[in-house]
Amino acid sequence: MRLDSSYGQVKRLSRRAPPPANREAPGAEAAVLRDALSAGALDISATGFVLARLAGADRPILWVQDRLSRQENGGLYGIGLAQLGLKAPVLQVTVNHPRDALWAMEQGAGCAGLSAVVGEIHGAPTVLDFTATKRLALRAERANVPIWLIRSGDPGTLSAARERWRIGALPSGANPHDARAPGPPRWTAELFRARGRPPGAWVAEYDPRAARSTDRLGLVPASGDAALAQDGQPRADAAGG
Amino acid sequence: MQRWRRTASRERTLPGGDVPVVLARDGTHGPVIHALSQAAMARGLSEGLRVVDAQAIHPDLHVEPADVAGDAAMLDRLVHWARRWCPWTVVDRAGGLILDTTGSAHLFGGEAALMRDIETRFAIQGLTARLAMAPTRIAAQALACHGENRAICGAEDVADHLAPLPLAALRIGAETQRLLHRLGLKTIGTLAEMPRSALMRRFANMEAGHNPLILLDRAMGRQADPLSPPPDPVNWLMRVRLAEPVMDPEPHMPGLARKLCAALAEAEQGARRLRLTIYRIDGERRAVTLGTAQATRDPAHILRLFDGKFANVDPGFGFDLLTLEALDVEPVSLTQERLDGARDTDKDLAALMDRLSARLGPDRITWTGWRESHVPERAEARIPALTATPAAPPVITRDRPLRIFDPAEELRVLYAVPEGAPAQFRWRRVTFRTARYEGPERIAPEWWQDRPGTRLRDYYKVEVTDGRRFWLYRQGVMGDGRGADPRWFLHGLFA
Repeated sequence: MRLDSSYGQVKRLSRRAPPPANREAPGAEAAVLRDALSAGALDISATGFVLARLAGADRPILWVQDRLSRQENGGLYGIGLAQLGLKAPVLQVTVNHPRDALWAMEQGAGCAGLSAVVGEIHGAPTVLDFTATKRLALRAERANVPIWLIRSGDPGTLSAARERWRIGALPSGANPHDARAPGPPRWTAELFRARGRPPGAWVAEYDPRAARSTDRLGLVPASGDAALAQDGQPRADAAGG
Repeated sequence: MQRWRRTASRERTLPGGDVPVVLARDGTHGPVIHALSQAAMARGLSEGLRVVDAQAIHPDLHVEPADVAGDAAMLDRLVHWARRWCPWTVVDRAGGLILDTTGSAHLFGGEAALMRDIETRFAIQGLTARLAMAPTRIAAQALACHGENRAICGAEDVADHLAPLPLAALRIGAETQRLLHRLGLKTIGTLAEMPRSALMRRFANMEAGHNPLILLDRAMGRQADPLSPPPDPVNWLMRVRLAEPVMDPEPHMPGLARKLCAALAEAEQGARRLRLTIYRIDGERRAVTLGTAQATRDPAHILRLFDGKFANVDPGFGFDLLTLEALDVEPVSLTQERLDGARDTDKDLAALMDRLSARLGPDRITWTGWRESHVPERAEARIPALTATPAAPPVITRDRPLRIFDPAEELRVLYAVPEGAPAQFRWRRVTFRTARYEGPERIAPEWWQDRPGTRLRDYYKVEVTDGRRFWLYRQGVMGDGRGADPRWFLHGLFA
């Protein structure tokens, strides 16, 4: 039996390659459904992370929020969004029930005039089951509109999202003007489940006031992964999910 | 006066014919008489007199408020009603109608017969009409208001008919009229006899609407004075009459929407607001109204907007008439799609806003609007997406949070000094320790709209030990004389 010349080469690669740093470019993303879970209660780092990824968008963003998540996490504040570098106008939809939020997101996913749809649902309501997320995922891929689902207070239910992130807060970077004041935000970004790419964990730093470049969201491998980048072995907890 | 008598008599008994009745409108120095009854006229009262003066002379005077807007609205309706006699009708600003009957009088058997017909028709409506017919509009106005009733004046004797009328008939304005009175000119005839050059010199700078010479020329037909009648109102209404009462409007919608859109397309219009009405067999009716972000005449889009709306409409024992009406229309011409074949995404967005608003309610779909205010929660307003377009946010140099709580949530705080930042605070049963902070940023109350005694706010951006960033404020300072010890609130969250 004659072997293909590349066969041995393929065999030598580890099944889970180490995630290269800064592989995600916020502007040119595939239109898929992504989950952004918050690592702890009363933590809105996921919102900041999603907005940092959407900062390059120019067409409007549809932002759907259910009543419970508005109570838990507060409403969006437009001036703060602009200070975070978001240029696109945000079309806000506030609904009472997660069922209406899902319906509005599905409607938005079919609209080519939007640059993204962001849905925010608190907890794990029964309507947000695997089937509902599967519907959203298929719709996003068919209509070519990326969907972000921000889930706060989620105990970890099943989801058909193509990427699932868990975002937590980290102490911010150094403030250039005042050593005692908080500086640009930093988050732990853990991609714990993804299709077509290996999971990993990063420290994300985002400085909206840095020089105007296209990609201001810096992802550096988390400290545990720095060694992983050399030896090519996946971290135990990063492989789960 | 007659309209008031008719509308008021529906609700109460009116004073008898011998009681003087006046209708009052607001004047510069209190109410003045707007209209008056025959009995009041016989007492020597006149229009424009102050009501208090009239009441001082005649204590038994009965005063009622005048409905000026209602009168104007009725005249606007009468303009369209008067199109039964001729196609060119306009409102005269002094409460009359002007009909250009050129070429239509013979249809009613001559000019005198036409005027009889007009008078009869107005009498049937309960209105008295004073009529005059003249070759020019100003001559007709002057004859109707100041000449004899039902005067008909031909093209050659306009000057003779107008000569005995007072100058007020030309509507030259009180100032000019007083001036001409002082000069001894009291009738139109005497004015017409004056040499033209003298009048031209005297009134050279006066605008055309008040210039006696120009008005005289128009009245005599020496200068053109055309009418511009308002267009006929169009009802964009399609209906389905059913032989048998039915319960479900759904199957009739495609046909209705298609017919309405065809009518709109013919007139190059698009609908902004739609109303579907069902007329039930028990005499009740139910309506569904919805709006669109862009004018549309796409039947499929209209159908999708009404999708699911019928669940809330109670058909009772069935209905036998169904109407679909475009309440507001806007001109939409046929537009070319983009040459490179790409889709126009604005239209997609407008359609999305329509669908969301139709199902969730228009006030749930909002853009952010901005107001000039230092108080953070007032700087932003939610505006319904159907009525507005997004605007760029104002630039604020101080840090503002990503999310905001409305209302702000109260905290329990430990601080080192009363004027400083908190060392530790408790929010939603979790205790946080401050690691770093920025502030205070002092925001004073807006005295022009806040209640007196509102306290100032000192805002702090606080980072706690695990990295979460909060926006807190202290309401007031110790010893500002506006209440007890200052309270602390959490107003927003940073990314």
